[in-house]
Amino acid sequence: MAVLAALPEALASAVHDGDSVAMEGFTHLIPHAAAHELIRQGRKDLTLIRMTPDVIYDQLIGAGCAAKLVFSWGGNPGVGSLHRLRDAVEHGWPRDLSIEEHSHAGMVNRYVAGASGLPFAVLRGYAGTDLVDVTDSIAPITCPFTGERLTAVSALNPDVAVIHAQRADRDGNVQLWGIVGAQKEAVLAADRAVATVEEVVDELAPVPGAILLPHWAVDWVCEVPGGAFPSYAAGYTERDNDFYMAWDAVSRDREAFLAWIGANLLGDR
Amino acid sequence: MKAVHSAEEMMTVAAARSLEGRRTCFVGIGLPSLAANLARATCAPGIVLVYESGTIGSKPDRPPLSIGDGSLAATADAVVSSAEIFNYWLQPGRIDTGFLGAAQLDRYANLNTTVIGDYRRPKVRLPGAGGAPEIAASCKETVVVVRHTKRVLVDRLDFTTSVGHGDGPGARERLGLRGAGPVRVITDLGVLEPDPETRELVLVSAHPGTDPDEAAARTGWPLRIAPDLATTAPPTPAELGALRALSS
Repeated sequence: MAVLAALPEALASAVHDGDSVAMEGFTHLIPHAAAHELIRQGRKDLTLIRMTPDVIYDQLIGAGCAAKLVFSWGGNPGVGSLHRLRDAVEHGWPRDLSIEEHSHAGMVNRYVAGASGLPFAVLRGYAGTDLVDVTDSIAPITCPFTGERLTAVSALNPDVAVIHAQRADRDGNVQLWGIVGAQKEAVLAADRAVATVEEVVDELAPVPGAILLPHWAVDWVCEVPGGAFPSYAAGYTERDNDFYMAWDAVSRDREAFLAWIGANLLGDR
Repeated sequence: MKAVHSAEEMMTVAAARSLEGRRTCFVGIGLPSLAANLARATCAPGIVLVYESGTIGSKPDRPPLSIGDGSLAATADAVVSSAEIFNYWLQPGRIDTGFLGAAQLDRYANLNTTVIGDYRRPKVRLPGAGGAPEIAASCKETVVVVRHTKRVLVDRLDFTTSVGHGDGPGARERLGLRGAGPVRVITDLGVLEPDPETRELVLVSAHPGTDPDEAAARTGWPLRIAPDLATTAPPTPAELGALRALSS
């Protein structure tokens, strides 16, 4: 049953050191404010799960919150590299980061399996790629009906899913629309779920194509206007492409990154 | 009127022309997105552009910075979840053409977008697979766009992220990959196509003003040059005008 809570309290209850955390949102509705709060709370040894680590995980990795990354595409979309992710993988800074790597199709099917209460999902994929050799959660499987060789990927069941959505009502029903990515699957696959929303309203007006996550499938709802910035919430905010482009220079340099985190998240002067 | 164009513009125009007569294209971001939107403005006005963020039939005024830009969803015929875009639309082979880029490509048009160097301690950690392995596996055909240098067109990939023609004839069938695979590689120097027998890439067309020997010198394997090597038609003023309008 969802409770309306302030973000710091919700995350302090939901996310503990060592947890596996999926903060989803495929290039839209990325829960940046929640990630910033995890950095402020000094969470450690997290297994971060996300199809596109994006700037949100670049920040968490650079801040030393992560021990492991489970992902499928780790770039700054349209800009280039995630330099904090690269520094962790290439040089072990600020700490070693182990990785478990998939394709998008593999990752999303792992969420589908997790949400469906199944141990694995089946897809046509990975055959002939080196991903099969480096990722343990990929295995060949034979179709029991046709004998066809397919690929199985193990289910993802994160300890916590964190998403950002457009709005919720006072009971904690959460509504999101636009590019909806894998948020529904991540929430239903996870043991606990936190949703930040642009606004809490008295009544949720229907929106074409919207997803509704019922209040009994979400544990905490936090009103955080602009909580996706520099990502966006369709109908509320615009993607700040300038931020993504400017992030390249911040992320490229350890000192510049630490200064940015200090000034913007930790209140350093 | 003879239009003056850059090598980059020639590459984008040649890539856009690959979509003539195609109904649907699964589009990666960057150069593929620019080329696909140029095709929509020129040779393939009705083409349905599908982005891996789940937007089907996007019609952006200008190429987006990221596949998640609001303009892709706002101008789409439909917006679907990640599970749906990969499982219902891509996997069954409904998409005609997949447009891909790569950091490394070998003579069979296999692609690396994962690492340069050793996987566990890479020299360069690249973004990774994204949608590419399944685009390469399941689109009816794929077109690859890369810059023509020895660092990109390599003898051996450091990592196979997406399969082209594998190790040669019959490889795709053995692996159960149902799409035809790469039918064309477009660079800033020319156009390469797989030999129908060996599946090895052959330079079939040189862009105007480029030397096929330079293409060979900038390729990491002994590049075969087609005996009937063509010269790519230069961009028309209409193509160039549309491209510049898109990228301005």
